[in-house]
Amino acid sequence: MSNTDFVLAVEDLTVSFDGFKAVDNLTFYIDKNELRVVIGPNGAGKTTVLDLICGKTKSTSGSIKFMNKELTKLSEHEIVRAGVGRKFQTPSIYENLSVYQNLEVSYPKGRGVWGSLLFKRTEVVRSQVMKIAAEIMLSDFLEMEAALLSHGQKQWLEIGMLLMQDPELLMLDEPVAGMSAKERDQTADLLNRICQNRAVIVIEHDMEFVKKIAHKVTVLHQGKILAEGPMDKVQADEKVIEVYLGH
Amino acid sequence: MNTMLKKIVSSNLIGGKQGAFGLAMLAALIFIILPVGVDIFRLNLVGKYLTYAFVAVSLVLLWGNGGILSLGQGIFFGLGGYGMAMFMKLEASDPISTKIQTTPGIPDFMDWNQLTAIPWFWEPFNSLTLTIIAILVIPAAFAYLIGFAMFKRRVGGVYFAIITQAIALILSILIVGQQGLTGGVNGITDLKTVLGWDTRTDTAKYILYYLNGILLFGSIFLSRYILSSKFGMLLLAMRDKEERVRFSGYDVSDFKIFIFCVAAMISAVGGAMFTLQVGFMSPSFVGIVPSIEMVIFAAVGGRASLIGAVYGTLLVNYGKTFFSETYPELWLFLMGGLFMAVVMFFPNGIAGLWDKYARKIKFLNKIYEDEKPVAETSATPVNAEEIGAKA
Repeated sequence: MSNTDFVLAVEDLTVSFDGFKAVDNLTFYIDKNELRVVIGPNGAGKTTVLDLICGKTKSTSGSIKFMNKELTKLSEHEIVRAGVGRKFQTPSIYENLSVYQNLEVSYPKGRGVWGSLLFKRTEVVRSQVMKIAAEIMLSDFLEMEAALLSHGQKQWLEIGMLLMQDPELLMLDEPVAGMSAKERDQTADLLNRICQNRAVIVIEHDMEFVKKIAHKVTVLHQGKILAEGPMDKVQADEKVIEVYLGH
Repeated sequence: MNTMLKKIVSSNLIGGKQGAFGLAMLAALIFIILPVGVDIFRLNLVGKYLTYAFVAVSLVLLWGNGGILSLGQGIFFGLGGYGMAMFMKLEASDPISTKIQTTPGIPDFMDWNQLTAIPWFWEPFNSLTLTIIAILVIPAAFAYLIGFAMFKRRVGGVYFAIITQAIALILSILIVGQQGLTGGVNGITDLKTVLGWDTRTDTAKYILYYLNGILLFGSIFLSRYILSSKFGMLLLAMRDKEERVRFSGYDVSDFKIFIFCVAAMISAVGGAMFTLQVGFMSPSFVGIVPSIEMVIFAAVGGRASLIGAVYGTLLVNYGKTFFSETYPELWLFLMGGLFMAVVMFFPNGIAGLWDKYARKIKFLNKIYEDEKPVAETSATPVNAEEIGAKA
């Protein structure tokens, strides 16, 4: 496969679990500064695609190139260090640590054993934590134990932990699940702000929310791409209405 | 707000006013109250218990903070203890005092087992320097091997506990089986001197007791440093959400291997101090039972509290001595009951109870006063250790 200008180039990606192809010969590309939303019915393989990109699941065949670097052979932490951040479906934060500590632990320096032992909590680290905390609307909760945050705030905190690493590609699995209407709007604004200088892939079911954020939408069905393009075009697509949106 | 943040951001070995108070109390108990209050026989017994406290401290690092339950810390306590015992045994086996043996100049149990020369792996233990290096390096290297094989394959939780327990059992069986090389089930006995210095006199016992106390505090400070660094925070994070740590760009297995090695070294120092103070080493300190007992010490003290672990060790062992003198057959049941009570009713052990009730005592409240606003207005503990205690 030749090198491309895309941030992410997924080509002929297949993974099969005991013969069942969860992702089947999938090819798609993500541009710089693009916010792509992946939709599709349950079991379409959306989360599996993210798992494959971040290394949680190993592919059976095909290639994933991130800024022309092959990811399929790298281990999870190497993929993160290459610049790929991933948020999980249920908020995955450190409940026993404070909001501040959750963000500080995610700071991308001192990632080795000795580095972490000698890690200095400098003003640079502190100001980065404060900046991200303001971005995710948690400035007033820095000392709070993360377990005590509301569900929506936990989602934001996890996004903030990824932003601390300043990834080139950010992947969010259902970021507004369990959020109130107001929180959804705030999250949409947040996503629109943070995709300014990076590519973002979002998996989402809430079509209202998708309309607010999507540049382009990819519809997955049975591990394959059913349709791809701008939201209005996808919404009008016969096949998409048939399997996913409903009449 | 600003001062609060400073408290969060700054980290130190002492752990603030509260941490300093805890350390000072423990130091007063170990270095002043006990040596003054009890006779040398009892003090030597306390010194023996305090060697187990090394293992309890190592379990606070490994289990309380890292969430890695090792049921085989006796392996490392034993390796350290045997290292020191081999050195002292060689010194005790000079040709003059062993002249009635078939082969004078070798340890007595080797002679009984028809050995005529010292085995090759005993040779380095002729030198005290090499012995001290071996006491630290061999347990660390062994822990590295086990850790590498387990953690790189992402074996954890119950499986890790069972495997460490199996290794402890294998090692103790190996020691018992290789009687000619290890002294077998009796262990290595009749240890008398270190470089000609008699360790059995009262003065020597006092000196060793204090040396043991200093090394124990050294281990606590080392652990404090690790826990208050970013490494310590990552340990807590891994205990909570290992996947998240991995997908934040950290190689989780490296961190686990490292802390397992540190825990092994701390345990080994305890083992070596045991041999020095008690005068023998045997396989009964290597296998499953001692390994599990040490977990109970840490649990009773509070598995996330370094200082609590020391109190837990002292308390359980005091109970053991007291009850096995009066009702020997009851002790094991009592210890099992104690462990169940800790797990069910006070999971943070003595340290947890102390945190809860110390503020209610008037004069203690003064000491804790400064920390109070922080504790009330925020849920963020000042140092890593207290975070663990909360969990």
